Amino acid sequence: MTISPAITSPERRPLRLAGLLPWLFAVLVVGYAMVVGGYAATVVSFALIYAVFVTGLNLFMGFAAQVSFGQNAFAAIGGYLSAVLTATYGWSPLPAMALGIAAAVLTAAIVGYPALRLKGHYLAMGTLAIGLITYEITVEWQSVTQGYMGISGIPPFGIGPYEITSDRGQLVLLSLVVAASLFAAARIRRSRFGRALSAVAGSEEAAVALGIDVARYKLAAFLLSAGFAALAGSLFVHVVGFVSPEVFGLHMVIVTFTMLYVGGIGTVVGPLVGALIVSLLPETFRAFKDYQDLAYGAALILLLIYAPRGLASLFSPRGRS
Amino acid sequence: MSLAVAAKTDASTAPAILAATGLSARYGHIHALHGVDLQIGEGELVAVLGPNGAGKSTLLRAIMGLSANDGEVRFRGEALPRRDPVAVASRGIVLVPEGRGLFSPMSVSDNLELGAYRLGDKAEFKRRRERVLALFPRLKERLGQVAGSMSGGEQQMLAIGRALMAGPKLLLLDEPSLGLAPRVTEEILETLGLLNREGLAIVLVEQKAPLALELANRVYLLSLGRIVAELDPRDITSHDDLARHYFA
Repeated sequence: MTISPAITSPERRPLRLAGLLPWLFAVLVVGYAMVVGGYAATVVSFALIYAVFVTGLNLFMGFAAQVSFGQNAFAAIGGYLSAVLTATYGWSPLPAMALGIAAAVLTAAIVGYPALRLKGHYLAMGTLAIGLITYEITVEWQSVTQGYMGISGIPPFGIGPYEITSDRGQLVLLSLVVAASLFAAARIRRSRFGRALSAVAGSEEAAVALGIDVARYKLAAFLLSAGFAALAGSLFVHVVGFVSPEVFGLHMVIVTFTMLYVGGIGTVVGPLVGALIVSLLPETFRAFKDYQDLAYGAALILLLIYAPRGLASLFSPRGRS
Repeated sequence: MSLAVAAKTDASTAPAILAATGLSARYGHIHALHGVDLQIGEGELVAVLGPNGAGKSTLLRAIMGLSANDGEVRFRGEALPRRDPVAVASRGIVLVPEGRGLFSPMSVSDNLELGAYRLGDKAEFKRRRERVLALFPRLKERLGQVAGSMSGGEQQMLAIGRALMAGPKLLLLDEPSLGLAPRVTEEILETLGLLNREGLAIVLVEQKAPLALELANRVYLLSLGRIVAELDPRDITSHDDLARHYFA
């Protein structure tokens, strides 16, 4: 019998410093935007909002290895509730956001309970339908959502009379939210719940046969994921001050999937790195003019060839195959 | 019918830890199991033999409630829920699935820990872990290693060790010898024999008949989703004996 090479446990590998590189990259990018302000700050702000969304997506797709093409639905619920309650009914942003998140999680529970019986491609199609239905509702329910016109005049975040309106103020706020989200993701990953999710990701059947309640944990991951999505949706409308159906359309699904895979699915920092790279890449190719999309596409392909498990995995021993 | 039942109860003198009656199951859309009756006595090691596609894996999955099934399965006299593997596992029936079902990217240590996921008692956890590492000393050397990077034999040891961490009263094993070198297979089967002598009831599904026959108290032959014979392994002395039963 061959003795397999002694691969020591990830925590004993002398690669700790390299693991900090993605974090350093993120801090540098956000710091740069903070200093420069203006357009750079706007691009990075959007990237940070996406990072929150993708962190949630990663809980479901990375930690638990499930598929959902419908998380944009929960961003839409969070975003639209925030928008309607503040712009139409004059609520202040924080309670509107809280209600938006609660509504999204509740919807996820109602939808997820039956949908999560599906597996693989079927789950992907089922969740895609959730996203499409929500999109149609935001378009057609004009009395509330104002259809394609969208809702404008959504107030920014703030406490009492202090409103966060500056680019830099928003960047600070969003950085804090992202930091808290990543911290939560890291804690979840190391918790008992996180281990159960790893088991579900490893082998659902084996997990069930050991008495791990796979259905319950999948649903819990789905709800958490929906909560993050709704948080991101709400952040978006308050930062931009405007919302329309396209914001949470199919484009969002594609962009966030790209972010998740480019950044590193299953890692904690991956969603942030992916959100920043995918948001910034097109900007760096502006000089290519007509060929911007082509250059962007080529860069993505190269990334996926040379870092198939995402950029963050290049620096984390666990992600290496 | 009543005669047959009476004969069966007589055959196994030990009280049944598991009794299945009229168990049918599908594998996808194919009916892979047709009204199987079987009994496993307390402390018994029962081998289920049969050719590829006989329904051996489906049988174990049906007992666990992992696949759609009909019929009744009783565990120590109590009916088991038929489509709730978590509930079945919580009663103390643990399956080591075909292909082992390890959590491959995780370490050996994490795999063992997840085996005892439902266990809250830390002292008991430690006791079980020490026991597993004593049974499979090789795992002890590889605690920090990623499970998927180990040899097939070590992976099978881990799969069994992880199942033992759950504290099973009945262990279901689906072809533990699959793809393993004869020496490793022997080592693993010896450990199973040891566990059985200590009182653990085991159902061993195998394609390699001679190995299973050495250990088993009783043998069921499964063919095309039906039990075609129930045998005393001492009566089977040659391959021809088995073949005769398959084609009888």
